[in-house]
Amino acid sequence: MSTSTLSAAPTGAWQAWCADAAATARKLLANPLTAIGVAVIAVLVAVALFAPWIATHDPLRQDLFAALQPPGAAHWFGTDEFGRDVFSRLVHGTRITLFIVTLVTVVVGPLGMAVGVVSGYFGGKVDTLCMRVADVFLSFPSLVLALAFVAALGPGLDHAVLAIALTAWPPIARLARAEAMTLRQADFIVSAQLQGASHLRVLWRHLAPLCLPSVLVRLTMNMASVVLTAAGLGFLGLGAQPPLPEWGSMISEGRRYMLDSWWTVAAPGAAILAVSMAFNLLGDGLNDALDPRQSS
Amino acid sequence: MNLKWIRGGSSAGLALLGLLLLTFMIGRVMPLDPVLAIVGPDADRATYEQVYQQLGLDRPLWVQFGRYLGDLAQGDLGGSLLTGLPVTQDLARVLPATLELATLAILLGALLGVPLGVWAASHHKRWPDHVARVLGLVGHSTPIFWFGMMGLLVFYAWLGWAGGIGRIGLGFEGAVPRVSGLMLVDTLLAGDTAAFRSALRHLLLPACVLGLHSMAYLSRMTRSFMLAQLTQEYITTARVKGLSRRQVVWGHAFLNIRVQLLTILALAYGGLLEGAVLVETVFGWPGFGSYLTGSLLLGDMNAVMGSVLVIGLLFVALNLTADALYRVFDPRARS
Repeated sequence: MSTSTLSAAPTGAWQAWCADAAATARKLLANPLTAIGVAVIAVLVAVALFAPWIATHDPLRQDLFAALQPPGAAHWFGTDEFGRDVFSRLVHGTRITLFIVTLVTVVVGPLGMAVGVVSGYFGGKVDTLCMRVADVFLSFPSLVLALAFVAALGPGLDHAVLAIALTAWPPIARLARAEAMTLRQADFIVSAQLQGASHLRVLWRHLAPLCLPSVLVRLTMNMASVVLTAAGLGFLGLGAQPPLPEWGSMISEGRRYMLDSWWTVAAPGAAILAVSMAFNLLGDGLNDALDPRQSS
Repeated sequence: MNLKWIRGGSSAGLALLGLLLLTFMIGRVMPLDPVLAIVGPDADRATYEQVYQQLGLDRPLWVQFGRYLGDLAQGDLGGSLLTGLPVTQDLARVLPATLELATLAILLGALLGVPLGVWAASHHKRWPDHVARVLGLVGHSTPIFWFGMMGLLVFYAWLGWAGGIGRIGLGFEGAVPRVSGLMLVDTLLAGDTAAFRSALRHLLLPACVLGLHSMAYLSRMTRSFMLAQLTQEYITTARVKGLSRRQVVWGHAFLNIRVQLLTILALAYGGLLEGAVLVETVFGWPGFGSYLTGSLLLGDMNAVMGSVLVIGLLFVALNLTADALYRVFDPRARS
């Protein structure tokens, strides 16, 4: 690892991987739209990390004398009906958004990947069973299914995360399965099997890494819809509960005062739009950068 | 070919059974006590037990599932606690409102999205392509409920163009007899042009808001379908023959993506059912979405499971339609 990564021929798997990742990153950032997406996500993460220092006010402190004030020097994005600072609530809301996105992705990625790879590799009855289950989940619009799950579990942030995760794994599994199916007859898989590699080893060391790029792209694009679904659940009063500064529930709370105090609704919505768009841009960029058919 | 249809049908049947099992299981896991919702918190033990047995909750799960299926086969989804009516009757009342909204939305989405996609593909990697991409991206990333509220703010509160909350102006409420449940059709049948105008003014904004998502989706799909066609040799031949750009794009390439577009259209319509839940809440639209969320918040189990089930069925039906359209109209899928 101490040798330069700039040398033409990589000397080990790790170095090759590093060089590959660096090349992908360069390709990603060369596209201005993708670079914007990356920048927005970087800002989101930074704001979430340093939220208490960036926020100008306590996001939960009420000040009824300063209720529904328009944007100005004291309150950059105005105040809501309880006199809470909208900007500070937005800043702290980044933590909730990131929490949801990260948790859903961490659950959905490995789960979808495992189901898909196993299903595609073994085929037959295992495949039929897994795909039938996935079909059932896919036969509902995802928000409606998430609503039904939240109805069963009760409203709340954790339950919203669980409900979204339960509805989000089937497309990932489908994708991983398709990749695994095209690869399972490949010579290198057969030779690994002939060398006595166990199914687990073939799945983990040979199949999973090759399915990873397309799953990653799909997961990134998925993050955009997770942001939207979580906000939608919050808006319907089934996600994060007040007084948590979740963006969707902020919109829901500001709704009654919207006609006179548009900022209570405009600001959180714009934040949701920006973050969702950033994940979409990054997903698009990753798709272009990782797709071997498009690289010249 | 027959075998293919049978296999498709049986897998759809399996998915349907799974769908029923899933809604049933979700209904049973619900922490809200259905007995308590009926008898109230003050009921004594004996009343509670009686209702518990009447609802069949003392039987094994699989017996309950069997009863659930049996009731469903007779079109019985149970009664709604909220309205006191059978859920099927409630759904028959609210679904036309949603279908009216979703149908106009898909029309708007297709009328804007398809030409946008064609335009983008025929100017690949030039500015129309970038414009279409950004528009599609924005449409895809916008929280639809927020977009609806902003629309209300601008076009209703500030400009006064749109009709605001509900399906029709307050003065016209109940003035037109309900025939089809579709407000535009009913007002026209009654010959009441003022009511028709009011209904249209109320319908247009939510339909545009809902249509944004399908516009984004359709333009994106149209673009990629068209790009696949435009690189083929018959297009080059057509160009070499000296056909105008318009004839090449619309007369040759577009004709070849019609089948794909039809299937995508059916899928997009299914996606609208999802957006309708949020848009209806924003616009106070008395459709399926408002019904679902309203009964959800009150813990009205029968109503929730009934509407989730009906949406699942509609969704599956739309997917099957998309599949069937593809098989019927695409000669390559026929053999």
